[in-house]
Amino acid sequence: MPPEKDEKAVHARRFDFFGLFFNALLPLAGMLLALLIGAIMLLILKVNPLTAYAQMINGAFGSVSGLTQTLVKATPLLLVGLGICIAFRASVINIGGEGQIIVGALAATWFPLTFRTWPGWLLIPSTLLVGFMAGAIWGFVPGILKARLRVNEILTTVMMNAVALQLMNLLVRSVLMDPAGISAGTYLAQSERLPEQAWLMRLVPKTLLNTGSLIAVALAIVVYIFLWRTTIGYRIRAVGFNAEAARFSGINVPFNQALSLTLAGGFAGIAGAIEVMGVQHRLLEGITSGYGFSGIVAALFGGLHPLGTIPASILFGALLVGGDKMQRAVQVPNSLIDAILGLVVLFVVGSALWSRRWAAHRQMAAAKNQEEQA
Amino acid sequence: MNDVFQLSVIAGILTSAIRLATPYLYAAIGETFSQRSGVLNLGVDGIMLLSAYASFYVVLNTSSIWLGLLAAIVVGLLMGLLMSFVSVTLKAEQGISGIGLYMFGLGLSSLLFKITIGTVKTVTGFQPVKIPLLGNIPVIGEIFFNHSLLVYGAFLLVPVAWWILEKTTWGLRIKSVGQNPAAADSLGVNVDRVRYVSVCIGAMLAGIAGASLSISLLNLFQDNLTAGQGFIAVALVYFGGWKPVGILWGALLFSTVNAFQLWMQVLGVNIPSDVAIMLPYLLTIAALAVTINRVRQPAALNKPFERGES
Repeated sequence: MPPEKDEKAVHARRFDFFGLFFNALLPLAGMLLALLIGAIMLLILKVNPLTAYAQMINGAFGSVSGLTQTLVKATPLLLVGLGICIAFRASVINIGGEGQIIVGALAATWFPLTFRTWPGWLLIPSTLLVGFMAGAIWGFVPGILKARLRVNEILTTVMMNAVALQLMNLLVRSVLMDPAGISAGTYLAQSERLPEQAWLMRLVPKTLLNTGSLIAVALAIVVYIFLWRTTIGYRIRAVGFNAEAARFSGINVPFNQALSLTLAGGFAGIAGAIEVMGVQHRLLEGITSGYGFSGIVAALFGGLHPLGTIPASILFGALLVGGDKMQRAVQVPNSLIDAILGLVVLFVVGSALWSRRWAAHRQMAAAKNQEEQA
Repeated sequence: MNDVFQLSVIAGILTSAIRLATPYLYAAIGETFSQRSGVLNLGVDGIMLLSAYASFYVVLNTSSIWLGLLAAIVVGLLMGLLMSFVSVTLKAEQGISGIGLYMFGLGLSSLLFKITIGTVKTVTGFQPVKIPLLGNIPVIGEIFFNHSLLVYGAFLLVPVAWWILEKTTWGLRIKSVGQNPAAADSLGVNVDRVRYVSVCIGAMLAGIAGASLSISLLNLFQDNLTAGQGFIAVALVYFGGWKPVGILWGALLFSTVNAFQLWMQVLGVNIPSDVAIMLPYLLTIAALAVTINRVRQPAALNKPFERGES
């Protein structure tokens, strides 16, 4: 390892209170600004923003059902966000979360319906694995196209979303369609219910909160260890930190970028599997609920750090649940939340400039200090 | 199956193809200006949605198609300013800020639609204008010379954009800023200003692209009206090698596939519609994979410029 890198690693490990404070404060400021603009929009729409936001907070945190629902929605956000963390750390932009969730959900529907006699202890892990693999394949295609042919992954991941969506529409209306719906003549676009032993355990009675949330948190820790304590993780971060330098120190840049996209797809795939196994117990249209995009917001908000993404996902899960409540209580369409999420993205990536300037400023100050001491 | 090869059907497919190329042309040529100056604006779809809504709303309430078009352009300009502020002034990672802009446009257009309009309505938008003499040629006239003004405008944009980019000082500035901003800066070109203008031109054209859907081709608005056409437009810029003529061929290829797919459904040819809708996207991926290395992208694309760096 070149000595320069060693120094960087040491720097990263030193506890930087102000940096941490600053990095957490900026996204929060961005969030507040976005909510403020949302309030102005509400005023223009002649809705009292205080009532609307009070309904949101009340909806997300005010009751056991709201609170658990927040965690249920935070789960796919966290999983997609984890993948985003890995990909963005290798400076690969994964916009394909939606498609990867869909194929993960498709695979996690097909597998237990095919092997419905398997016992739960075998069926659940293997279904999760199948979901992961389906998502990983969906990430691998843009990954390999980028690695081999330098095709822009932003575009291919977007196209793969559209392909996955049509694939689901096709399958859920043909081979995966619920036989009960066919015999009853309703032809609902949904799959048969999964066999009960493939369901993830519910954690709180009469709510949708399930062990999938625990799996997601455990995976966040795994991703943290992977990125900061393993050689492959180190290589992925090196590629993102400075691709040129990584290449000169013998790291295979295209391979690591393809790998990071594949892993990102895999995590989104698990998100899809958990939606099916833990929440819906069957495949429905609209199963992604836009998590593929809002997961990006959560990861950005969490500073592209797997552990930071945990509280960020809960925050945005709350925003989504609160948005639904607001829609019911004061008839403001929850599309407002999408618009606010978009603004949060713009403000958070926009404010990164100050956080970079701040870091540069501190580095200069530190260098000056050292000089003076010498 | 014989129906497919009848002259009238082929003419129908080609007529639709010309019409359907319109939004791709506006959006992709607009995006070319933006990318040539070094800014990847991934929010095209969001701009299209918001502009499509704005023009539809104005036409619904004033019945003036020109005011509607103006509204689309103004909304495009505002979105362009927002994008340039975040990506040029604040030097944000462009791929992500574009997604932010997309989510904002998607959410806001849906919000406004649900509150101010509510249900799917239709308006009388731009009507076909038959070009004298040329429009009377059998078959050919129907295919090429009987469209709305926005359709003609899209095709006229191709030579205009080529002329601006290749023959004017402004075009040279745009390209130099996208190729080597440091060198352009040292020669006294205001990099940030050129990028602002380019992104805003692109965004206004994306606005017209949105209007071409809501007040010319479809004459209606609904949630997520564009269904990702803005993203395909961005892909077309790569496909077309950052050149207006290349984009023209790309847009026509796509719109023809799309028109073919629509006509197959009309004629009741037995392909699942999902597979048919999937086709253009698969085609995009394949096209990107095949053509991507033919032309080099602008060297400074997706790289914010900061004085004194490198």
